Amino acid sequence: MAQQQMTGAEIIIKALVDQGVEVIFGYPGGAVLPIYDALFKQNRIRHILVRQEGGAVHAAEGYARSTGKPGVVLVTSGPGATNAVTGLTDAMMDSIPLVCLTGQVATHLIGNDAFQECDTVGITRPCTKHNYLVKEAGSLARVMHEAFHVATSGRPGPVVVDIPKDIQFAAAPYVAKEKVTRKTYQPRVKPESRDVRRAVEMMLKAKRPVFYTGGGVINSGPRASALLTELVRLTGFPITSTLMGLGAYPGSDRQFLGMLGMHGTYEANLAMHGCDLMINVGARFDDRITGRLDAFSPGSRKIHVDVDPSSINKTVHVDLPVIGDAAHVLEEMLALWKAETKRPDQKALDHWWAQIDQWRARKCLSYRQEGKLIKPQYALERLQALTAGRDTYITTEVGQHQMWAAQFLKFEKPNRWMTSGGLGTMGYGMPAAMGVQIAHPDALVIDVAGEASIMMNIQELSTIAQYRLPVKVFILNNQYMGMVRQWQELLHGGRYSESYMDSLPDFVKLAEAFGAVGLRCTSPDDVDRTILEMIDTPRPVIVDMCVDPNENCFPMVPGGSAHNEMILGDQGGTKATVSDEGKILV
Amino acid sequence: MALPSKEIRQHTIAVLVDNEAGVLARVIGLFASRGYNIESLTVAAVDEANNLSRITVVTSGPEMVIEQIKAQLGRLVPVHKVSDLTTEGKFLSRELALVKVVGTGEKRVEALRIADIFRARVVDSSTSSFVFEISGSTEKIDAFIALMRELGMVDLSRTGVVAISRGERKL
Repeated sequence: MAQQQMTGAEIIIKALVDQGVEVIFGYPGGAVLPIYDALFKQNRIRHILVRQEGGAVHAAEGYARSTGKPGVVLVTSGPGATNAVTGLTDAMMDSIPLVCLTGQVATHLIGNDAFQECDTVGITRPCTKHNYLVKEAGSLARVMHEAFHVATSGRPGPVVVDIPKDIQFAAAPYVAKEKVTRKTYQPRVKPESRDVRRAVEMMLKAKRPVFYTGGGVINSGPRASALLTELVRLTGFPITSTLMGLGAYPGSDRQFLGMLGMHGTYEANLAMHGCDLMINVGARFDDRITGRLDAFSPGSRKIHVDVDPSSINKTVHVDLPVIGDAAHVLEEMLALWKAETKRPDQKALDHWWAQIDQWRARKCLSYRQEGKLIKPQYALERLQALTAGRDTYITTEVGQHQMWAAQFLKFEKPNRWMTSGGLGTMGYGMPAAMGVQIAHPDALVIDVAGEASIMMNIQELSTIAQYRLPVKVFILNNQYMGMVRQWQELLHGGRYSESYMDSLPDFVKLAEAFGAVGLRCTSPDDVDRTILEMIDTPRPVIVDMCVDPNENCFPMVPGGSAHNEMILGDQGGTKATVSDEGKILV
Repeated sequence: MALPSKEIRQHTIAVLVDNEAGVLARVIGLFASRGYNIESLTVAAVDEANNLSRITVVTSGPEMVIEQIKAQLGRLVPVHKVSDLTTEGKFLSRELALVKVVGTGEKRVEALRIADIFRARVVDSSTSSFVFEISGSTEKIDAFIALMRELGMVDLSRTGVVAISRGERKL
């Protein structure tokens, strides 16, 4: 029987439906008109019209991170594709599964410098997990299905499918998802049992162990988080998390030491520095975590669980690599731990906890809320208190507010925390919140923002208004690019070169102009009332929380320093000295 | 566990890839963006039926970097297999070069005599020039070229290294 022919555009829509896609984020243009026409004629897939393509990619990231499903983006050729590049790079760095469809000029025009032509596959090759230029309609269905396989399997990431306009019109048969098999790229998810056994043996012998977990646990799915929680509780070991991994283990649990790294807690960083066994699950020894490499956790043996073999021994040499997906590895670890009759040296563990409790008693996140200025930490502490018990989704922009959010907000479940970790993309938070709210229409979704970051994708307020998304934008307005200012204070003699945000808009009026509600808070006494009003307003809200412009984010492990050379806020941190080598580091 | 050696060593790596557009750009882009060395890189289709190409890359670095290179190559989607010939047993590696020498008189005769010693073949000749074809190990070709340089070499084209393991083992 002859297979039914469809147009390329119809094949794309059918493939998306078969892949279980419900929502796509996009912006039309000349080179994707046939796809938009096919979208118009169907009602299975909902299209969210953003205001700039960069917003579409971040929205898809927010959608993906809060659901565990791949986010899908549709943009046109040329500027549509180049505007998507930042978001693709962001998704690459944070291992977020995305499929981004880009229009391309017709195949016979490729290479002719045609209108709105750019070398999309060339430009996006280094910032995607894989990309495709579809040159024959006959391979379109296969490529579409493969794109989803590549984006979601192993270590997830963004995949671009570049589709020339003539291919969107051309007729070809559809190939079902099940009929597409890929000979290469079948990443290993099940670990070698021998490695897991060795890991458990090392854990049984540990006297000062610490779990160090990251985004890999979140990416592995909620089951991995549940398994991790069970294993950590059974072992009684302390656990710390990277920025990306927050929520994999309940943030309010006693065994959780808080985030580690450059702005991590005193207890987490010192536990990492002083441990004798580090159990890394799904984290990648990023420079924001390790600080000075040659002084990173000098006395420990290290286990590294990662689905991506290229993460092993990239920057830090480990004693035992375990290649596999976090959930699979944790499941085997847990089974072995339960079956094992031996137990670790409880006396040593008690001693280790006593040491950690001493570090904890240092109360490294303390600050003083006094006078008339709102401390940003206070605003977030109140936000945490007033949203506790609710299932809240938090996104952030990038900078001081992001680090304070990571320090002061508690994440009890995975997929509730969306932040640009690897790339550090200002302007990420609001479009990401949009994507989260689309996926979870009734949830409380808050973008913790700074006044500088929020300006980078402020146009998306229009999208928020169009789809009546009750997103809350919680701006900690200190009138500075706060983290830039902090570094200039610490490293450049307080010369605040171009870090003051002059001519800021009136955020209340700005909110109103976009049909949202604007709330301003200038006094510590009004913080609670403002937050409650924000939560209770069933519409988009922008809160302009006017905070102390001079507050710095501590603790801080300055560039070129080790974990035990942290600056604490109450030590007059600003007088810290940073070596010349340290200043070179970003 | 012993720390990996920091000694810089040369490795010859064979990579089996899908013969599709952009695959070479992916491999080269990987080396460029991560700052790895490429000393030689060759590519050609080796299996038309299964649409496969084989890339041979000669690189050098400390053990940790070489392991990284292999892992990074291994996670490229069109890559079927990565094999480090240097560490996985004995292997052969060969290059081919075309060497153009221009001259007359004694130098011309000497060039011919040395070519004979190196088992280079004359593949083109005029009254004042030769093109020699020589194949062998990189060291042999280097040695031949050094001599020809003194005898009027004006042009040189080399293939880069191709390599294969000894014995029954296949990639």
